[in-house]
Amino acid sequence: MKTVRIDAKGMHYTPLNQKIRAAVADGAEEIILDNVLGQRFIGDGLRGNVRIIINGVPGGDLGMFMSGPTCIVHGNAEHAPGNTMDSGMLVINGSAGDAVAHSMRGGKVFVKNNIGYRGGIHMKQYEAEARPVLVVGGTAHSFLGEYMAGGLVLVLGIDKERAMTDRGIGSGIHGGEIVIRGEVDDYLLGVGAKKFEFTESDLKRISPIIKSFCEHFGLDPAKYMDTNYTRIAPASSRPFANKYVWE
Amino acid sequence: MTLGSVPPKFKVGIDCDQCMDCGRCIENCSYGVYRREGEKILIESRKCTACLRCVAMCPRDAITITEKPVDYRYHPVWTREIREDIINQARSGKIILSGMGNARDLPIIYDQLLLDACQVTNPSIDPLREPMELRTYLGKKPKKLQFRKTESGDVELETKLAPNLKLDTPIMIGHMSFGAISLNSHLSMARAVKETGTYMGTGEGGLNKALYPYQDRLIVQVASGRFGVNIDYLERGAAIEIKIGQGAKPGIGGHLPGEKVDEAVSRTRMIPLGSDAISPAPHHDIYSIEDLVQLIRSLKEATEWKKPVFVKIAAVHNVAPIAAGIARSSADAVVIDGFRGGTGAAPKVFRDHVGIPIEVAIASVDQKLRDQGVRNEISIIASGGIRSSADLAKSIALGADAVYIGTAALVSLGCRVCGNCYRNLCPWGIATQQPELVNRVDPERGAIQVANLIKSWTLELSELMGAAGINSIESLRGNRDRLRGYMLDEGTLKVLDVLPAGA
Repeated sequence: MKTVRIDAKGMHYTPLNQKIRAAVADGAEEIILDNVLGQRFIGDGLRGNVRIIINGVPGGDLGMFMSGPTCIVHGNAEHAPGNTMDSGMLVINGSAGDAVAHSMRGGKVFVKNNIGYRGGIHMKQYEAEARPVLVVGGTAHSFLGEYMAGGLVLVLGIDKERAMTDRGIGSGIHGGEIVIRGEVDDYLLGVGAKKFEFTESDLKRISPIIKSFCEHFGLDPAKYMDTNYTRIAPASSRPFANKYVWE
Repeated sequence: MTLGSVPPKFKVGIDCDQCMDCGRCIENCSYGVYRREGEKILIESRKCTACLRCVAMCPRDAITITEKPVDYRYHPVWTREIREDIINQARSGKIILSGMGNARDLPIIYDQLLLDACQVTNPSIDPLREPMELRTYLGKKPKKLQFRKTESGDVELETKLAPNLKLDTPIMIGHMSFGAISLNSHLSMARAVKETGTYMGTGEGGLNKALYPYQDRLIVQVASGRFGVNIDYLERGAAIEIKIGQGAKPGIGGHLPGEKVDEAVSRTRMIPLGSDAISPAPHHDIYSIEDLVQLIRSLKEATEWKKPVFVKIAAVHNVAPIAAGIARSSADAVVIDGFRGGTGAAPKVFRDHVGIPIEVAIASVDQKLRDQGVRNEISIIASGGIRSSADLAKSIALGADAVYIGTAALVSLGCRVCGNCYRNLCPWGIATQQPELVNRVDPERGAIQVANLIKSWTLELSELMGAAGINSIESLRGNRDRLRGYMLDEGTLKVLDVLPAGA
């Protein structure tokens, strides 16, 4: 495997991304970025199948508009990793900020610990090949999956008494599903979101994702292979149809 | 029902002496006003929107349409419209939606601004003989230029120039999405802008493959729904526009009703078939001016700094400081959309009551940017209710670099401003996705009409400039000395920085 190592110490994001693009164009299969400290837009608009190992803490919009690559972060991530991402994967060995996976249309974002506000907001899907997945090992703040139009958000709440304790889950959701470990109190749900029973067939459907998540972070998937989840989905695919009347 | 029905808005009649019973009115009316029963064509006036499709297609001029055939008792405060809105809401308990732009009878500032011409002391210029320089570059300009002398003694430009859009005429077509309007309308306009050396916006509806041949003439839009936005889309556009707000409905998002999300729209927007396409009110990754900078830079970084990035805002009360903030971000142009801007659908209360006129917004933004010494670095694009070459010339004299037209371009395609854009029944094939209606717009013919409109305005602009002794668009831009206000109040004249007529 062709590996390229880049020392990002003190480097601005534009030359850093230029080096990454040049390495990809040169046929690199793996790029290791050392000493990353707050550089925004890493992998922004990047195509291909390259694997990028990020040692440090990347800045906002990691993997924005990204189409194909995998980024593995050994550290936390900032605001909106996976923003409007098309395909590929982000694996964050830590926590991430607000608006994680904002408007993501495909690919996967795995966050080992917690995420901030508005996680998975306005995620959307188109047919089977573009179905985004956000998995959070810990918990998420308010407005998780707000305006969601497709895809899957899974919150495992590992080592938490309750996976979710913040409000506004799925407000305005009109597509996709939010699956949360354990019980979710009714008052945490946003307008337009509805709780459904999590069945064996749901488990069968999402178990490959649970397995993959656990594999990435060295966890035992067996602990999560039951139906002790709450499934939250849209009450309607047209949440505003009854709010308006024509002139 | 205790409320009963409200009087029909229009009364349709057929002159039986003229009618040749060809049935074209029945074929053309998608609202179902006409139907045949036996030997007769029956009319259901209540369904009429006055789109005038039947009138345009009747070979005998046999059709008459009368507006408001039944009068309400006149009252200057409790107008017909006010009364009908109340009845509608008493029935529904909902927010009233409406189409097209602001429909209130408010004074139009453009109509109260007058242009100047030369007499005796300075000669006017004949555009027939003299070249008129209308070429406009949109995008960031450097603060200063630095040069370097080469060894051979030549002078080379050292300053790195930011990418700009080169327009042959300062008229562009604004952002109307595929979904809101039909593919054939988009194709017509795309061909027209290519032919006339200008650009058009894609709106927030992604980019249909059929438009790829015109991509270097398209400004792709990134709005809060991020529909159809991916790296391929961003790279195809000549420029990228971030839509923060829209003049027809400042401060709120948009939503395309599920009825209009058919197979092609769903594929282009990359959303499920038949689901509402909802654009939230804010961009959820922009909660501050710093976040806006981040989105602009993310777009530039994704496209390797090869594309200008515009930011569109609705003209609201504090438009000038907001635009100044945008000028200080990495944006290349600020687009201001006035309160008369059109839309496929907006809550009526927003369409008619929120925002400010484009004329004062251009003047105050231009002034603020000049005060801050950055006007020369960023372009201003004005839109929202620009109806003629006079409005265009006045916009430029108030300080705009170029304008976007929307409704005017649709009228050149056949639109009669009936305002029923949201119903997916547009008989002119514009605001609809129904194939048999969409086919009523022939992209080849449509392109000629739209291009003709742009050419006419360009000719008129040249004449107006020549008459004023101006041979370059730069000399008209922000040249408010060539405007006079007629019956405008002192406060407005002050904001416009225009003298009253006669002064």
